Amino acid sequence: MSATTKTRTAAEGRTASKPAQASAATRLLGDRRLPVLVTVGLFLAMYIAGISRYQNYGFGEPQVFLNLFIDNGYLLVAAVGATLVIMSGGIDLSVGSVIGFTTMFTAWLVEEQGLPLLLVIPLALGVGAFGGFLMGYVIHNFEIQPFIVTLAGLFLFRGLCLVISKESISISNSTVSSMAQTRVSLGLGELSIGALVALVVVAAAFYILHYTRFGRRVYAIGGNEQSALLMGLPLGGTKIAVYTVSGFCSALAGLLFILFIQSGDPLHGIGMELDAIAAVVIGGTLLTGGSGYVLGTLFGVLVLGLIKTIISFEGTLSSWWTKIATGVLLGAFILIQRAMTARKQT
Amino acid sequence: MAEPRPVLEMTGIVKEFPGVRALSGVDFRLFPGEIHALMGENGAGKSTLIKVLTGVHPLDGGTVTLDGKAVRIGSPLEAQHAGVSTVYQEVNLCPNLSVAENIFIGREPTRAGRIQWKQVRTQAAEMVDRLGLDIDVTAPLSAYPLAVQQLIAIVRSVGHGDSDGEGSGTKVLVLDEPTSSLDRDEVLELFRLMRQLRDEGVAILFVSHFLDQIYEICDRMTVLRNGTLVGEHMVADLDQVQLIELMIGKALDQLEGLHEHQLRSDVGETLVKAEGLGRTGGIAPFDLEIKKGEVLGLAGLLGSGRTELARLLFGADQPDSGKVTIAGKQVSMSAPNDAIGAGVAFCSENRKTEGLVLDLTVRENIILALQASRGWTRPIPASQRDELVAKYIKALDIRPANPEARVGQLSGGNQQKVLLARWLITQPKLLILDEPTRGIDVGAKAEIQKLVVSLSEDGMSVLYIAAELEEVLRLSHTIGVLRDRKLVAQLTNGPEITTSKILETIASGEHQ
Repeated sequence: MSATTKTRTAAEGRTASKPAQASAATRLLGDRRLPVLVTVGLFLAMYIAGISRYQNYGFGEPQVFLNLFIDNGYLLVAAVGATLVIMSGGIDLSVGSVIGFTTMFTAWLVEEQGLPLLLVIPLALGVGAFGGFLMGYVIHNFEIQPFIVTLAGLFLFRGLCLVISKESISISNSTVSSMAQTRVSLGLGELSIGALVALVVVAAAFYILHYTRFGRRVYAIGGNEQSALLMGLPLGGTKIAVYTVSGFCSALAGLLFILFIQSGDPLHGIGMELDAIAAVVIGGTLLTGGSGYVLGTLFGVLVLGLIKTIISFEGTLSSWWTKIATGVLLGAFILIQRAMTARKQT
Repeated sequence: MAEPRPVLEMTGIVKEFPGVRALSGVDFRLFPGEIHALMGENGAGKSTLIKVLTGVHPLDGGTVTLDGKAVRIGSPLEAQHAGVSTVYQEVNLCPNLSVAENIFIGREPTRAGRIQWKQVRTQAAEMVDRLGLDIDVTAPLSAYPLAVQQLIAIVRSVGHGDSDGEGSGTKVLVLDEPTSSLDRDEVLELFRLMRQLRDEGVAILFVSHFLDQIYEICDRMTVLRNGTLVGEHMVADLDQVQLIELMIGKALDQLEGLHEHQLRSDVGETLVKAEGLGRTGGIAPFDLEIKKGEVLGLAGLLGSGRTELARLLFGADQPDSGKVTIAGKQVSMSAPNDAIGAGVAFCSENRKTEGLVLDLTVRENIILALQASRGWTRPIPASQRDELVAKYIKALDIRPANPEARVGQLSGGNQQKVLLARWLITQPKLLILDEPTRGIDVGAKAEIQKLVVSLSEDGMSVLYIAAELEEVLRLSHTIGVLRDRKLVAQLTNGPEITTSKILETIASGEHQ
């Protein structure tokens, strides 16, 4: 153990030493950014491998890269919400159900009730956020594990889908279809509205997490909840807000999913909470909370998307290989996390 | 010394927990610019008083006056706002955040809701610098050892109450056992910081089990015993023997003459030998020999390392240094299983949490250790089991003498006997008893003591830990004296050894 204080008073009559310089390897392993860097490196390696293997099929086209955002925008938004929750040391299993419910709720209001889209969008977002708020409230005030409370939310919202209708409702609203087809040109290629919204959400989450007191409280609570309480931080408000944001993100992801698929279906989004959690973990956020970056989540989603792209380019592989690859990656990243936390405990 | 007005005055503080009166009418005052020690054995009410002061527990009676104004402190946050900051034994900071952020979190300077990181870093660096510390505030907290984290917690505490980071808004700083896991240099650094804050006019309340530290740093002390105020003294006016008398509530001459020997004088060859056995943060390396049939008593204040020593000999904690030889064979002591295999049995002082399974029956509890040593593949035949259980229930006079009774429903003394029976059934060579008589009635106490004597006569070695010195003195052949987590002396019991002699050894820390 090394003392790290300088001796100012001669009376103490002793010299203090600087902390011993850790070796480069241990410092790298201790760096909280390491998992994110690994994810970025993995993405680049996969991308370069894809380009060299499928050169003749146009894998290197900028649009193939941009399609990752277009095809996975909804997942990215859901994963950003999940990032906040996991960072605070919790978990949200209701994501997929809220997405499914939002598609049903929106399709039903627009198609069968004839409500204007401008009213339906805030309504759908509000319902998602309120659902998250309720779960956060129960988690905090009754001190119940987030796992159980959001599991209840998962069943509740999935059930509500079926209350609206057992059949899927396709959306023929002209505004929705024109929005879905709108492409914004970036010179090299183009992005959909959904992809743009997702990028805005990532930027907003980055700002909130790093430049607001709320964001820092999320890190503090995830780091050590008891300490955060004794430091006088408002625990309850922060936790409830985190689940509210997650609910909002899930509802927004549901709206983007509608743009992507143009229908409401009680079976939409089944298991998507697990995709979101996988993206967050692959993006380097510790499941124990307190450590992670929303940009890591962005790359986590991109890696998952790239796996799908590569498998579709390969042509002969079944789409189940996506799941297998995700499983292998997830396992590898959990092991990296374990190595990091084990080092910290020594 | 002319007495200025106290910054904090607590008068007639009463705190009750269900069935226990933790504090009954305690008065406490704290002057600006002093370091004040709160003394007392465990359970004397120190922690309760601190928790009342810092708003963790609401008080049931009495008044708290801060700076001449009556205050009601309802939560840790309110205490901080009122100018009372606490640094706990466990550092309550977030290891995943930077040092600067830990100092500022919850009150970061913001502009239009945006945290001004540059300001956070420069102000944190200034605060750290003002207190004479050399800490890189941009490094994560986890990069620093616990001792430095504790200093950072103090920086955070004293910086509380003012948003610009200049000066100090803290009037009272409570340090609850901050030194328990620090080494000597780290303690000196903490003391330097404490003196600086004291000279700036902060009133510091310091709690520590280490008497030397109290005498080194404190100006005044308040002594509590059993939830009542014993007295307030200037540290300079009270020597360590007097302080210990006040803490345990018995004058030395009162303890004299209680001491009778009924021990067999001859003990056998060496059974257990520990050489340089120690554990950082537990107990300093010690040498110890226990002979066959010997009762070795451990004396020392609570927190002096008695239990820690016993746990090392049982492998419940892993030693960092030294080795143990039992009956001539070296034992690795990396887990209790090693010790049990070598014939060591350990009855924990926390019989309810570390000993018995309260929801199981007397029979199941008694048979547990024997069954565990045989392994689950070789169950003890029912007839043999019932016979053994009946034998020990009778031998130890466990009441009710019903093997089907749930242990949780037994009285403390009978629970202790069940725990004893469990280990006796395995026929250990060394029996470690950590406070076996705590919280049990006088009759059961005498029975257990008699049992220890007869076990010793039968050739079993016993390591006996008790808070009451008379008890240790009455039973032991040899008395190991512990102080500040160090085995400072081993006294061979004899007519010249008295409780006052032991107390003096505890107080002076050396064999006289």
